[in-house]
Amino acid sequence: MTINRIDQLFRERKGEILSVYVTAGYPGLNDTGRLLEALQEYGADMVEIGIPFSDPLADGPVIQQSSQVALRNGMKLDLLFSQLKEIRATVEIPLLLMGYLNPVLQMGMEEFLSRCKDTGIDGVIIPDLPPAEYETRYRELFRSYGIYYSLLITPHTDNERIDRIAALSEGFLYLVAEASTTGARDSVGDHQKEYFQRLREMNLPVPGLIGFGISNRETFLTACSYARGAIIGSAFIRALGENNALTLEERVEKFIRGIRGA
Amino acid sequence: MGFEVDSGGFYGEYGGAYIPEMLYPNIKELEDNYMNIVSSDSFQSKFRLLLRDYAGRPTPLFRAERLSDHYGTQIFLKREDLNHTGAHKINNTIGQILLAGHLEKKRIIAETGAGQHGVAAATVCALTGMECIVYMGALDVERQAPNVKKMKMLGAKVIPVYSGNKTLKDATNEAIRDWINHPVDTHYIIGSVVGPHPYPDMVTRFQSVISEEIRIQLMEKTNRNYPDYLVACVGGGSNAAGAYYHYLEDDRVRLISAEAAGLGVGSGKTAATSLIGTPGIIHGSRTLLMQDDDGQIEEPYSISAGLDYPGVGPLHAWLAKSGRAILYAITDDEALQAAFLCTRKEGIIPALETAHALAALEKINPGAEDVVVVNLSGRGDKDMEIYIDKLNLSDDDKQD
Repeated sequence: MTINRIDQLFRERKGEILSVYVTAGYPGLNDTGRLLEALQEYGADMVEIGIPFSDPLADGPVIQQSSQVALRNGMKLDLLFSQLKEIRATVEIPLLLMGYLNPVLQMGMEEFLSRCKDTGIDGVIIPDLPPAEYETRYRELFRSYGIYYSLLITPHTDNERIDRIAALSEGFLYLVAEASTTGARDSVGDHQKEYFQRLREMNLPVPGLIGFGISNRETFLTACSYARGAIIGSAFIRALGENNALTLEERVEKFIRGIRGA
Repeated sequence: MGFEVDSGGFYGEYGGAYIPEMLYPNIKELEDNYMNIVSSDSFQSKFRLLLRDYAGRPTPLFRAERLSDHYGTQIFLKREDLNHTGAHKINNTIGQILLAGHLEKKRIIAETGAGQHGVAAATVCALTGMECIVYMGALDVERQAPNVKKMKMLGAKVIPVYSGNKTLKDATNEAIRDWINHPVDTHYIIGSVVGPHPYPDMVTRFQSVISEEIRIQLMEKTNRNYPDYLVACVGGGSNAAGAYYHYLEDDRVRLISAEAAGLGVGSGKTAATSLIGTPGIIHGSRTLLMQDDDGQIEEPYSISAGLDYPGVGPLHAWLAKSGRAILYAITDDEALQAAFLCTRKEGIIPALETAHALAALEKINPGAEDVVVVNLSGRGDKDMEIYIDKLNLSDDDKQD
């Protein structure tokens, strides 16, 4: 049995892991493949491809707006899979799909997972799917397609629930840095450090990646001192919308260099 | 067949709490506490007192003689329009503000479409001295200026929402986002029987005072405590849930739900969610909703801002699916005609939402001895501009 690319990354990567979130179909309808290639080239370790949704209630203004643009561009889940059909010819880093439950349910969970597998998607994150429902209804299905499922915890998740969620989470656990929508803060405060410290002492069965509010080299490094790495979403989406004089690839290069400090 | 919510928050296959982990502690706190608090004597005595002395309950059950003659049956109107702030919405906001007090919350958020729920929320916040923030689609802020002014006068902060289509659905998203960002000190007063469990059940219980009173009042007036037909309009469905509650398991009572067809069920300009919606997730609840084949939620249309919602409460989805409720889709024009008829026959100007329930009287053909109760959920003050507009039009037609 082949090893999941996410496990392989966490096993082999020595330094800080940088995972980047992109909204599928943003800024242009056909940009996603290009972005994945550029992200790999300039040093992202993993990419979460966001499935745009009309009602992204866990997202702040930046990702909301990118989702709206993507939908207006004509992005659909079915089209996304078609666009990514050949992606594994050029991109080797782990790829995840992240999205709200409703579009996935309309496609049908089994069809969705089957197409994830055909496309070479390694993992899935569905923030509004309750952990208990994932466990009883979908976990076996995910396993049968070999697709990993990663769950979220927040500073307000109690220890007992963290244990339960961590036990369900495959590949990594998504550590939401602060009780907030995406992109709401851009610093890491003392109370968050306590929370990360508490997590470290819990010896969880999966490694953690810190997300929400990671926006620059400083917050990235702080996050990485508490976890294997961090996830950057809103700040990257914002950077894609700026620097219009640069090509898409140049925007990616500039952004990743800023985070990596190279 | 059971119509009470089950322990997982489901009505049949609808309901539940499909929320991101960031909201879990907020919802869990409510779920763990609401039943104990709401059923406690201290809560009930405060709740009952405010319903009586502040909202003005019980609201009358009025025998509508001329409408009864018109339709050849016995029609009673449950006068929720006579409540303080002009609709049934206050029943829920009184309940929730007391609950927020028990949970020691300091800050109230609410969403609103037409502004009725926003005003009802701002009202109880003024009454209890709570900070109040109301999210309202930017388009609705423009369309519903009088209610915006009322909320401001009551001391609420009205935040226009520019995301999405700038209407009720987007205001609800924004209120949920606020709650995610303020998990500890804030209570979210949802305005209808929608949202994640326990909201649909909690709001239904607060509104169930309506059917509780109908039972007593019908007994006094007709010598039996149930109607043959019970008619209500359904957007999210809170007035209908309240009117139906004590009759859900009573098969003698035909539950008639009037949804907004807008320009017509097949027109693409409609809000008839139970009729054309398909199962999915909206605002944390599995229910019927209007969506495209990619699972994107579609913008509804109705002349009535209060029915202009792409989902429906999970209880109503279940009532529709199980056949317990009979659904009629009422067009804008049918609702307007029913509003004019009620006004001229009974001297009561109903809200546009309520007019959809009144229009269902055209469809149900009750017998002469049948007892029909229509939940007159709200008054028409807020809709005068539209009514006057349409009245002028039909006068012009006559002159031509």
